[in-house]
Amino acid sequence: MTKKQLEMKHPYERFLRKERMPHIWCEGCGNGIILNCFARALDELDIDLNNVVVVSGIGCIGRISGYVNADSFHTTHGRPIAFATGAKLAKPELKVVVISGDGDLFAIGGNHFIHAARRNVDIKVICANNFVYGMTGGQYGPTTPLEAWTTTTPYGNIEQAFNLVHLAAASGAVYVARWTALHVRRLTESIKKALQKEGFSFVEVISQCPEIYGRHNKMKTAISMMKWFKEASEVRNFSDPAKADISPSRIIVGEFVDVEKPSYGRLLREMKAKLQTE
Amino acid sequence: MPVRIWRKPLDAEKIKVKKAEVHILKNQCKGCGFCIEFCPKQVLETSDELNIKGSHPPKIVDETKCALCGFCTAVCPDFAIFTIEKDCKEGC
Ligand SMILES: Cc1ncc(C[n+]2csc(CCOP(=O)(O)OP(=O)(O)O)c2C)c(N)n1
Repeated sequence: MTKKQLEMKHPYERFLRKERMPHIWCEGCGNGIILNCFARALDELDIDLNNVVVVSGIGCIGRISGYVNADSFHTTHGRPIAFATGAKLAKPELKVVVISGDGDLFAIGGNHFIHAARRNVDIKVICANNFVYGMTGGQYGPTTPLEAWTTTTPYGNIEQAFNLVHLAAASGAVYVARWTALHVRRLTESIKKALQKEGFSFVEVISQCPEIYGRHNKMKTAISMMKWFKEASEVRNFSDPAKADISPSRIIVGEFVDVEKPSYGRLLREMKAKLQTE
Repeated sequence: MPVRIWRKPLDAEKIKVKKAEVHILKNQCKGCGFCIEFCPKQVLETSDELNIKGSHPPKIVDETKCALCGFCTAVCPDFAIFTIEKDCKEGC
């Protein structure tokens, strides 16, 4: 390596807490790509890191709050949305982003999610959907597809999975998108859109967990999971999220909802101002 | 047979194709191989070299083929690769 190369710094280094690198995520884990796309979105929008708050819950992806070089909080399991709601209402000028797992947001934290979306709290939720509880050993959860093998469904899963984009849209989110970890550019664009929108924005990222999901489902490496995303993804922007299914042969991705609605915080402040002048 | 009417663009001399510099932060790499697999120009390949973590970082086959699409930078989960435009002020 030449001296010049040794001096070269990664363009997104300033978004990371260097002393915590390398991150704990496995080789080829999609969580690293989500962190990368998030950093790129902040860079391209030229957002001051002092105005960003990243909140995460428990799980592999939950570690992300310790890696971004912004104010952040690693909450208890399932509670990042509750914490983020408080942060946003207390300081409306902040951009509050929740980045968490499918288990954290839709199993133990499911109620927080649907009600924050219904109230249109102005927070951005990025969900790393790896179809299982990664950190605790790959148990099946509410997003595990029917018939998938996991450590706790050794004969195949017999439960139906949540369709997260449909759930978010039906609950009232103003922006809903789904991409896979391979769609790095469109994912970054969606994160940028979400960051600029007022209201509850939801971006689902289908993320590969080769160690704990792929290995049990005939995809031994991260590359084979990425190839599955490449072959199975079908972009259907603004199609009916109810029909955006995920199966071994097809993953419907795209932007599904992009509407305008006043946020909870705005209505709250307007109400307060009105009552104070009366 | 269709008439072949292509010609050399008039401004071909003026247009400079950007040259790329590919940087690999070897010790940050965990060896997932995404940059190698998804590079549209096959700029990289697997190597036998071991980094401090015991994984194999990619090796550059032909930097001149890089079209600066930036996909490797974006898809790397470990912030271990990036491309920049070569500074050609003094010629390259
Ligand atoms: C109250 C509570 N219940 C259960 C757990 C155990 N637990 C830790 S991580 C986790 C699952 C996380 O899964 P997910 O949100 O999908 O994240 P991933 O690890 O897959 O990224 C569970 C159940 C816990 N830490 N706290």
